[in-house]
Amino acid sequence: MGIDSMQKTNKLRWGEIDDEDDFGFLLPPKQVIGPDQNGVKKAIEYKFDDEGKKVKITTTTHVQKRAFTKQAVERRSWIKFGDAAHEDAGSYLTMRSTEDFILERIRAPGIKTEEATSSAESMSHLGKPGTVLMVCRLCHMKGDHWTSRCPRKDLLSLGDEPLTSEPSTSTVAGTGGRAAYIPPSMREGADRKSAGSDMRSRNDENSVRVTNLSEDTRGPDLMELFRPFGAVTRCHVAIDQKTSTSRGFGFVNFVSREDAERAINKLNGYGYDNLILRVEWASHRPS
Amino acid sequence: MRPILMKGHERPLTFLRYNRDGDLLFSCAKDHTPTLWFADNGERLGTYRGHNGAVWCCDVSRDSSRLITGSADQTAKLWDVQSGQQLFTFKFGSPARSVDFAVGDHLAVITTDPFMERNSAIHVKRIAEDPEDQVDESVLVLPSAEGRKRINRAVWGPLNQTIVSGGEDAVIRIWDTETGQLLKESDEEVGHKKAITSLSKAADDSHFITGSLDKSAKLWDMRTLTLLKTYTTVVPVNAVTMSPLLNHIVLGGGQDASAVTTTDHRAGKFEAKFYDKILQEEIGGVKGHFGPINALAFNPDGRSFSSGGEDGYVRLHHFDSDYFNIKI
Repeated sequence: MGIDSMQKTNKLRWGEIDDEDDFGFLLPPKQVIGPDQNGVKKAIEYKFDDEGKKVKITTTTHVQKRAFTKQAVERRSWIKFGDAAHEDAGSYLTMRSTEDFILERIRAPGIKTEEATSSAESMSHLGKPGTVLMVCRLCHMKGDHWTSRCPRKDLLSLGDEPLTSEPSTSTVAGTGGRAAYIPPSMREGADRKSAGSDMRSRNDENSVRVTNLSEDTRGPDLMELFRPFGAVTRCHVAIDQKTSTSRGFGFVNFVSREDAERAINKLNGYGYDNLILRVEWASHRPS
Repeated sequence: MRPILMKGHERPLTFLRYNRDGDLLFSCAKDHTPTLWFADNGERLGTYRGHNGAVWCCDVSRDSSRLITGSADQTAKLWDVQSGQQLFTFKFGSPARSVDFAVGDHLAVITTDPFMERNSAIHVKRIAEDPEDQVDESVLVLPSAEGRKRINRAVWGPLNQTIVSGGEDAVIRIWDTETGQLLKESDEEVGHKKAITSLSKAADDSHFITGSLDKSAKLWDMRTLTLLKTYTTVVPVNAVTMSPLLNHIVLGGGQDASAVTTTDHRAGKFEAKFYDKILQEEIGGVKGHFGPINALAFNPDGRSFSSGGEDGYVRLHHFDSDYFNIKI
């Protein structure tokens, strides 16, 4: 060991360097960036790993500033006492939970109780099998409907818009209690034709399946291809999760049926990326 | 939010208390050592060794220098917060159930359980500046109207003029601290139907909330003892607290401790339930404990709260920013 330390103090010749030596001087110095205005501090260090490879280690820390009273600051430096004075290092009395707990809301914000209950009643008669699995991502209601069929979808996006409470001619309101919930599309003055009766069927109707895509085709390419025919709501290319390559087909949803039809007529059999596209309706029409 | 889990106690938690600055958190449990934690990171700062029984309750003086604890070993003890040294021991012939410092920290109210031939009682003790001068004698002893029923909590009213007590007889009583007279009793019609388990004051002493085994919590006016609000839930309420920042009430409970092992934790509803104070509507719940919640406390800044459960854990929750713009 004595020789080792001697070597370190002397100027090294590369021939004398052996495996146990510290190559630290070859590495760039440690760098500390921040903390920036969000309190994020970055420290970049370099070191050699066991195989002698150079490793860059970036440590990102979140620096928080808290205001304490003078007495509280003083208390920070108090000496530990009682059992805490001789606590073993591995006791881990205090741990940060690995799980994230949220304040689980009973209902989505912005919905009054009566509305929530009445819509729940109107849904309950459906009695679907396997309803337990259904959790609406929008209103967090369990077992009532899928997210796409959420009756509050429009309501939530509108925020706290006051609701017109009662169109007397409404057929959906059932008993028509004062506070019964009426979906926006069913309210008086709503354009029923354009709003459509059901989210899902509307989506299906204008969905177009594209097959025989080349492997390089991605969502944006498809968007570029179909955009000229009309407004596109969704563009999706199936990607293999393992290889992350395209599986050669995708779906495009149009806002209007006419646009979708034109796209099918035009692009079915169209040569794209040296392959011939096959474009058709995504689901079988009943008609 | 990612709660901080503090596993310092080996037995169920009984009580949690923040100091006024909100940087320290005191926890009491059925093991014999109250514990002091830093309220921001949950680091254990110390323990108070000396009790020989479950510790039911504690209170800390306004300047965070003195701690008082009430224990089932039939004593209440005064402690030096910083060193963990015992300063004085009040001896009773029966377990001390609840303790509370008066405004000014020169008086403390201590309730004792019925035990052997002794009836439950409320004791008022004078707390000396210098622990050398401390005496054991009570300034005032309020005999309980229902002597065989436990008084679970007694706190000081506004300006130390009154003492508010609640217990197993489900009646809330307001006492005069000068004369020791019973001033008011809660109305049987609107009051709790079962034992009152917890009582928590608003930051400004204008109102208080009681939690009861009848699965409800009630908000009362501190001076007139009129019922303001009722919050109903599905499980017996063991702990209640009020947010000092928002109009929120937090209830903690779960089924009886004896039934815990026979119940699934998902069915047990061991969550801290948030209610809107004014609309009396439930906002939501924070899950996590795998036993009933026995103790709840809000940080005086209203930005975090902690809960202590039958499972022996203290869970310290720092709210995410979206909590502060929750709308009903």
